[in-house]
Amino acid sequence: MTDINACQTAPEAEFNDYVALLKPRVMSLVVFTAFVGLWIAPVDVHPFLAFCAVLFIALGGGASGALNMWYDSDIDAVMRRTQSRPIPSGRIQRGEALAVGLALSGLSVMMLGLVANWFAALFLAFTIFFYAVVYTIWLKRWTPQNIVIGGAAGAFPPMIGWACATGGVSIESLLMFALIFFWTPPHFWALALFMRDDYKDAGVPMLTVTHGREVTRRHIFAYTLVLAPFSLWLGFTSVGGPLYLAVAVVLNAAFIRGGWQILKRSEEAARGDDFATEKRVFKLSLTYLFLHFLALLGQNWLGAW
Amino acid sequence: MQLKAEHELHGRRRSRNVGLGVVLIGFVALVFALTVVKVQQGHMLEAFDHQPRVSLLPAEEPAEPAPNPSQEAAE
Repeated sequence: MTDINACQTAPEAEFNDYVALLKPRVMSLVVFTAFVGLWIAPVDVHPFLAFCAVLFIALGGGASGALNMWYDSDIDAVMRRTQSRPIPSGRIQRGEALAVGLALSGLSVMMLGLVANWFAALFLAFTIFFYAVVYTIWLKRWTPQNIVIGGAAGAFPPMIGWACATGGVSIESLLMFALIFFWTPPHFWALALFMRDDYKDAGVPMLTVTHGREVTRRHIFAYTLVLAPFSLWLGFTSVGGPLYLAVAVVLNAAFIRGGWQILKRSEEAARGDDFATEKRVFKLSLTYLFLHFLALLGQNWLGAW
Repeated sequence: MQLKAEHELHGRRRSRNVGLGVVLIGFVALVFALTVVKVQQGHMLEAFDHQPRVSLLPAEEPAEPAPNPSQEAAE
């Protein structure tokens, strides 16, 4: 008995693989921060236009994710965390990811321009360029400061949201940028501490690989200290208020404490309990950012200063 | 052996086709709704096209009617 196995070459992609190409989990952060930036801006936006604006900002973020997967497919194939992504697992061809990324970039920028304004659209185009070219192609494989500068790409969405409503930039939107910008390094370096060998195998110059883990611990603590004043400063602008400030004080105290605990731990202790503190601070960093933006929304609802 | 017309591959293709169809229809609906909202907001719908048109001038308060000379003469 013979079976016909002509179709058993490469596994063919299904729709979900194309969705995975857009990095839906990163997109959820983009959606949330962009929405908050747009909603708390002092200019009222029609709810449907706000929905469309956030949708196309997210699509732009997804497009840059696809471009990232196109360029980084060789790294992704080596790292355990990313081996099951659509390109390394063979379900989507590299060229296809590039095409999807470029097409969706163009579409999202054009649609954002039509929905909101062309300043916001140019801002989105710049963000895609920054993530796909400046971070992925230039910096990621070249310098251990890659995620510090690459973090800027993730910090732009609330500024784009703000620009959709107001058509410009102001101190509030710059401080929201600073909040994510200085949050990114401790967040990723905590991850790098417990994802130990992955980056080394892939040849990505993570700080843990190039300067050692002690230096990384010091950097994490330093960034939690730098981050705090920007978070609190935002509380004294036109979008801040007592609720936001209270939340910010508690979260920053917890994050600095977490950074301090990471700084004080020896490698042996960390290995002993399987990086429990590092994992806890990584989770805390996610909560930190989410609650900050949620507090901005809540403060807006209650009425800011 | 029963000839199986449905291969696992067909399921994957169907998911792609249906997914793309839903996305395209959704996009059409979105652009239509966007059009409705934009028109209702009533911003400038025409652009300058090489010659001045009345419809492009900014809306003004109607001017006060000019005094009627015959009435003035009568007074």
